[in-house]
Amino acid sequence: MSATMLLAQEAANHVSTGEAVSFWVLGPLALAGALGMIFAKNAVHSALFLVLTMLSLGVIYLVQQAPFLGFVQIIVYTGAIMMLFLFVLMLVGRDSSDSVVEVLRGQRLWATVLGVGLAVLVVAAVARALNDVRPVGLAGETANGGKGNVANIGRALFSDYVFPFELTSALLITAAVGAMVLGYVERHLRGRKTQKELVEARFRGEHDRPSPLPGPGVFATSNSVATPALLPDGSVAEESLSRLIDATASAKLDEERKAVAGTLPGPDARALVPGKEES
Amino acid sequence: MTRAELLADDPIWLILIKAVVLLLLGALSTMAMIVLERKIVARMQHRPGPNRVGPGGWFQSIADAIKLPFKEQIIPDTADRKVYFLAPIMSTIPAFVAFSVIPFGPEVSIFGERTVLQLVDLPVGVLVVLACSSMGVYGIVLAGWASGSPYPLLGGLRSAAQVISYEIAMGLSIVAVILFSGSLSTGDIVDAQHGGWYFYLLIPSFVIYFISMVGETNRAPFDLPEAESELVGGFHTEYSSMKFALFFLAEYVNMVIVSAFCTTLFFGGYMAPWPISLIDHNYFNTGWWPLLWFFGKTAVFLFVFIWLRGTLPRMRYDQFMKLGWKVLVPANLVWILLVVAQRAIRNEAEISTNTILVTGGIVLLVLIGLAFLLPERTAPGSDGPVVPVTGGGYPVPPLDLQVPTKADLKPRTRRRREKAAVGAGADKEAQQ
Repeated sequence: MSATMLLAQEAANHVSTGEAVSFWVLGPLALAGALGMIFAKNAVHSALFLVLTMLSLGVIYLVQQAPFLGFVQIIVYTGAIMMLFLFVLMLVGRDSSDSVVEVLRGQRLWATVLGVGLAVLVVAAVARALNDVRPVGLAGETANGGKGNVANIGRALFSDYVFPFELTSALLITAAVGAMVLGYVERHLRGRKTQKELVEARFRGEHDRPSPLPGPGVFATSNSVATPALLPDGSVAEESLSRLIDATASAKLDEERKAVAGTLPGPDARALVPGKEES
Repeated sequence: MTRAELLADDPIWLILIKAVVLLLLGALSTMAMIVLERKIVARMQHRPGPNRVGPGGWFQSIADAIKLPFKEQIIPDTADRKVYFLAPIMSTIPAFVAFSVIPFGPEVSIFGERTVLQLVDLPVGVLVVLACSSMGVYGIVLAGWASGSPYPLLGGLRSAAQVISYEIAMGLSIVAVILFSGSLSTGDIVDAQHGGWYFYLLIPSFVIYFISMVGETNRAPFDLPEAESELVGGFHTEYSSMKFALFFLAEYVNMVIVSAFCTTLFFGGYMAPWPISLIDHNYFNTGWWPLLWFFGKTAVFLFVFIWLRGTLPRMRYDQFMKLGWKVLVPANLVWILLVVAQRAIRNEAEISTNTILVTGGIVLLVLIGLAFLLPERTAPGSDGPVVPVTGGGYPVPPLDLQVPTKADLKPRTRRRREKAAVGAGADKEAQQ
């Protein structure tokens, strides 16, 4: 009995060439992703580096004969959670940067303390895993005394560990409902008006103008939305320039607009170089 | 030998051949699908479609495939160049990877080597397809973001929300299949359908899978990420040349994948269809014949994709999300509960099928009776004054309309004017 166990242990301790190769490819990749996540300036790049780390970990799980864990890691963490992260980052916008003001007092100190604590815990766990725990292969039908890896996980999850499993799901649902309750503000509480109220407010003069902003001069000279509309005197209608669609157009036309409006300073009589209007 | 053992026995050259064939299959099926789609949609719309290149225009895809990579590629100034490069790759690779777990056929002999027509048979094959589709979204989302312009970003965001929500419906619809077959491996699922294909045993699962597979691949009527009328081209607006071709490739390969996956899960995979399966002790289910059945079934689904595109208008985004979250997911959960209950009853107690059916019928009747007891919802605005509508469909004034005379109107206007005058007078007095 002990002899077979020893044999099994021998087999489990032995690292095959393929496994070693994949580890030395994936391990550095995962580490690089983790470092890149910390040092990347752009938030989206940061998230992408984290995706790289998670993917590498998922493949390492696969190589370690835990296919279910590996693919769940890819589907859940990489596919769903990181995607939501990216979603939020994209909504925030690429130009917004972190504020440098620290809101939480003493967060650096606490971050260091907790970080070191976590590192100690992780190192202790890994050390214990390396020394005390006897590895048992996960491959084959007879792995950990049952019908293979996937079936065993299912059996464990729905028999021995069904209560912790349900507790976790209850926790997640509570978190989701809490986020919805906190995030949802009713329309009238937020102070947003209905369309009817807006129209009435406009005509009461509570807005700048009763009508919407003038459209661009799409059909006047070109078919681009960035073309400004022209007023009857030939000047550019400032309100028709969209800063959203093309920021450069409104900047380019700034001079022209001033010239038509007559706010541009005229030629300087005392200037040495004649005819230079732009200064 | 089992499937997994047979596949583990494959020599390297055989694995290489299979991988190359799968790669070619993706590319070729994309080219075939593009020209077929254009031809079929054209026929549905009473126009010839592409008819210049080759006999009957059938070589149009080849011409396009040669043309696209050689076009000038334009990278927008505002683009995030690295991610912009990465996005098309990230959307294409997972699409091809998913091919590896699809069982195309049973045991055959290739150059004297016994093997199965499948690249790899993992115990979690079903999850591989799901993981690949969830990785594929990254390409679309990153493409939208990296282009640095508003329409692609909107397309990318839409696609992220859409694929995540429909993946949940898709994953849940597979649960019933897994419960019935007792395995996550695609090969075992096909084998488990010897007694009957799951599309009629598990109709709700099949319907939900079908809807969500259209949503998952961003195809009409759910092609909101690239809605031409709203977002120009959606996430690939700013892409051109080879990168655009890669997105195209990924979309069509994904279509083939979900169709092949649907065939595997619900239509008996490579098994011969019913009347043919009776011939000569299921002779046509051996050797290379099953390839024919597999691709035939997949082709039917691909045709349905094209058919949908030629028929249905695009859905509105909020309705689409409502369908996903409020209809498909809850319906799926209830259905899974029913399946589990049915299996638990069959496994635990000695209850005959008749008893189950009779009890189920009674429960159904009671539910229908309860549904009749629910108060009917009144249509909004039905209690207010209704404008009668004549045959023309135009709202017209009612026949007994009482036009107020000027005499009736006068007192009110006079009163208002008087009030105004009094108000003005009061103001004057105050000023004085």
